[in-house]
Amino acid sequence: MDLTLQVWRQAGPNAPGRLVDYPVKDISPDMSFLEMLDIVNEGLNAQGIEPIAFDHDCREGICGMCGLMINGLAHGPQLGTATCQLHMRKFKDGDTIVIEPWKAAGFPIVRDLAVDRSTFDRIIEAGGFITVPTGSASDANLTLVPKEVADWSMDAAACIGCGACVAACPNSAAQLFTAAKIAHLSLLPQGQPERWTRVEAMVDKMEEFFGSCTNHGECETACPKEISIDFIALMNKDYMKAKFKNRRLVSQTG
Amino acid sequence: MVLELDAKIPEGDLDTLWEKHKFDMKLVNPNNKRKFDIIVVGTGLAGASAAASLAELGYKVKAFTYHDSPRRAHSIAAQGGINAAKNYHGDGDSVFRLFYDTVKGGDYRSREENVYRLAEVSLNIIDQATAQGVPFAREYGGKLDNRSFGGAQVSRTFYARGQTGQQLLLGAYQSLARVVGLGQVEMHTRTEMLDVVVKDGRAVGIVTRNLITGEIESHSAHAVVLATGGYSNVYYLSTNAMACNATAIWRAHRRGAAFANPCYTQIHPTCIPSAEEFQSKLTLMSESLRNDGRIWVSKKAGDDRKANEIPESERDYYLERRYPAFGNLVPRDVASRNAEAMINEGKGVGPLKNGVYLDFADSIKRLGIDTIRERYGNLFEMYERITDENPYEVPMRIYPAPHYTMGGLWVDYHLMTNIPGLYAIGEANFSDHGANRLGASALMQGLADGYFVLPYTIGDYLAGMLGDPVVPTDDAAFTEVESEVTGRTNHWLSINGTRSADYFHRELGKIMIAHCGMSRNEAGLKQALIEIPALYEEFKKDVKVLGSAETFNQSLENVQRVDDYFQLAELMCLDALNREESCGGHYREESQTEDGEALRNDDDFAYVAAWEWTGDPGKAELTKEPLDFKNVKLSQRSYK
Repeated sequence: MDLTLQVWRQAGPNAPGRLVDYPVKDISPDMSFLEMLDIVNEGLNAQGIEPIAFDHDCREGICGMCGLMINGLAHGPQLGTATCQLHMRKFKDGDTIVIEPWKAAGFPIVRDLAVDRSTFDRIIEAGGFITVPTGSASDANLTLVPKEVADWSMDAAACIGCGACVAACPNSAAQLFTAAKIAHLSLLPQGQPERWTRVEAMVDKMEEFFGSCTNHGECETACPKEISIDFIALMNKDYMKAKFKNRRLVSQTG
Repeated sequence: MVLELDAKIPEGDLDTLWEKHKFDMKLVNPNNKRKFDIIVVGTGLAGASAAASLAELGYKVKAFTYHDSPRRAHSIAAQGGINAAKNYHGDGDSVFRLFYDTVKGGDYRSREENVYRLAEVSLNIIDQATAQGVPFAREYGGKLDNRSFGGAQVSRTFYARGQTGQQLLLGAYQSLARVVGLGQVEMHTRTEMLDVVVKDGRAVGIVTRNLITGEIESHSAHAVVLATGGYSNVYYLSTNAMACNATAIWRAHRRGAAFANPCYTQIHPTCIPSAEEFQSKLTLMSESLRNDGRIWVSKKAGDDRKANEIPESERDYYLERRYPAFGNLVPRDVASRNAEAMINEGKGVGPLKNGVYLDFADSIKRLGIDTIRERYGNLFEMYERITDENPYEVPMRIYPAPHYTMGGLWVDYHLMTNIPGLYAIGEANFSDHGANRLGASALMQGLADGYFVLPYTIGDYLAGMLGDPVVPTDDAAFTEVESEVTGRTNHWLSINGTRSADYFHRELGKIMIAHCGMSRNEAGLKQALIEIPALYEEFKKDVKVLGSAETFNQSLENVQRVDDYFQLAELMCLDALNREESCGGHYREESQTEDGEALRNDDDFAYVAAWEWTGDPGKAELTKEPLDFKNVKLSQRSYK
């Protein structure tokens, strides 16, 4: 296939950026999208033009490192698929493909298509864990978890932290990412002791960097792991409840 | 100079050895722990679990990853599960059985004492991970579910759908995030370690490059822990992530750390066959698929019929035929070599005739499509996305691919290399898997090292340094390494040749897979030892790296990794040439039984090959650490 790419090039975090056209020839439909970019980069390198910077690593759809806006869609046109698992058979000969980085204030651009998603780490650091110092755990089978609960928790835990939910959201909100982690932990019996402090701390941290949710639902459609926005409803309910619960906890401890 | 390698294995009975040794080791009092700085490089299962555990104990930890977040490490891609000798299913499992299976699976080329300890702490790992909220699969009554895996006849593998590695890594990452949030760990993301600093024979710190600004920086500590994974990417096409590299362990080797058993590499039997030259990596399909999938090829060579047109009577379920006791669940090395043999006989399937079938039709009939979907749904989807074929309807095509490296930095029982103060944990060391790793044991070893071994053993070293300040980073020991690193980095930009580092990497991979891959022979290895240095010379003269050293420059990151691969590749071939026996993943064609199975030579090769850097990777010096088996009787492995 022959294609025209329009790729966002930006030399550094504070440099101006622009879309640059690159014609590409002889692309096999069996190539992955990133293998197509590898070929483009080989060509650019040979011509003495610096290759396009883009984040990627496992190329199996699990590390969450890759993420491109492809024709305005986070991770491109195939549902439930990260950029690295998208194959060129989803495009047609002669297509023009616009490739941009995630665009959100919470994800500053590092270079070209690579962005800084460390704000996600800040949200996890605020409360996305169960406090259990190494060595303090009791036998695993002492904690019973109904299969349905484990499965539901796993649905949320499948999040790969790629940031597509933020990139797809018109408000650049990070509700789906945050809610998925809250649900993963708060659905499980092990997550109960910190349930109310967790939700408050994580939501408050999230709001320092990201916009608000107005129920567009774009995040769910963009999510390569098809994580449900039902988790956002759960989070909102818990957040509201935490405002009462945590106040009571405060009064109990003086 | 011949290395003095003391594995420091304590005396005593296997089943009380570790418990007793924990008591015998020196301790650092809780109030003194904050006086010690520890550097942890890598934040995969081993690194994240170690950094979190050390910080919880009170040590001051600095953790480093070249990724944008500690959660990206390639441990995340492990699919199938994690072994533990819980015997929750009452099928006869025990610590001794897991120990025995692991030593046998490793073809009797690992240390009994290390492996026994691994089997012991496997119990704690499941407890720890469950408490962290890892959503392991459950039975309806709420108890943990298990499945079976290659090389074992009991069900001891815990799993979280096909994403066990992801969930265990997130558990470790979240524990790490907690202590980062509390200020107990200083986290350095997008920072790559480019060298180790050694002063007066001890590891005192590292030199790194900030991948965004290009700044070369020094970091000082009382101890340095490398948890930087394996080196399968030396083959270019492997199941490793694109950025996985050997730089940290290789640079440590060049500073004096012995490299053990570099030729022990694992070729994983169930990967999607490669398509064409543009292929950038190979995708693994979890080995757990072998539980319910049956492997077969046509009995006839050059059969062009589609899978469903080949009647049952004309199919050869070759693993079930040759190994009735283990069938499709033979260890990885056996499954891989048999697949290679079928393809060499012209029975390969698929457009390039480079695969074998893995067929779920019988299981779907027996268990129903819903059960299969529940067990393997995400793997089937992934397969379909890549190949455009639906494995619920047509059999998968699979082929072996380089996956895991059992070799790595030599470490003693404390996981310390022969450089005092320098530790290697997880896949980066050589310690527990011998010549072949069993499925679902990598996650176990990474977490065992990070959660339950290193946090104990490191105190024994640090206790003797109480009151010693760290070496300041303006010390000559640091500034000399810094200027070397800066010089190396800038050098690549000045060559301005004609070809990319990827081109040379791909060519190197072809040499390695041809001569140092699934089967090896003397002539091929000698050939590789001529071809690799020749290609390396060309690489050094003709590689083209654009841009500057002061910006985010992925080509510059890559070229340094490829440089290290060239040197490591030579050492791998040298080691493979030296080991004139077949064992586990190392199959020397000259050493096979009558029916083509790997034939060990215990009289001459029951040792760990530890190599010392001499300035030329092709002339590394060998030191042998003899392996002594007191509890397991050495026998020819049989899975028939």
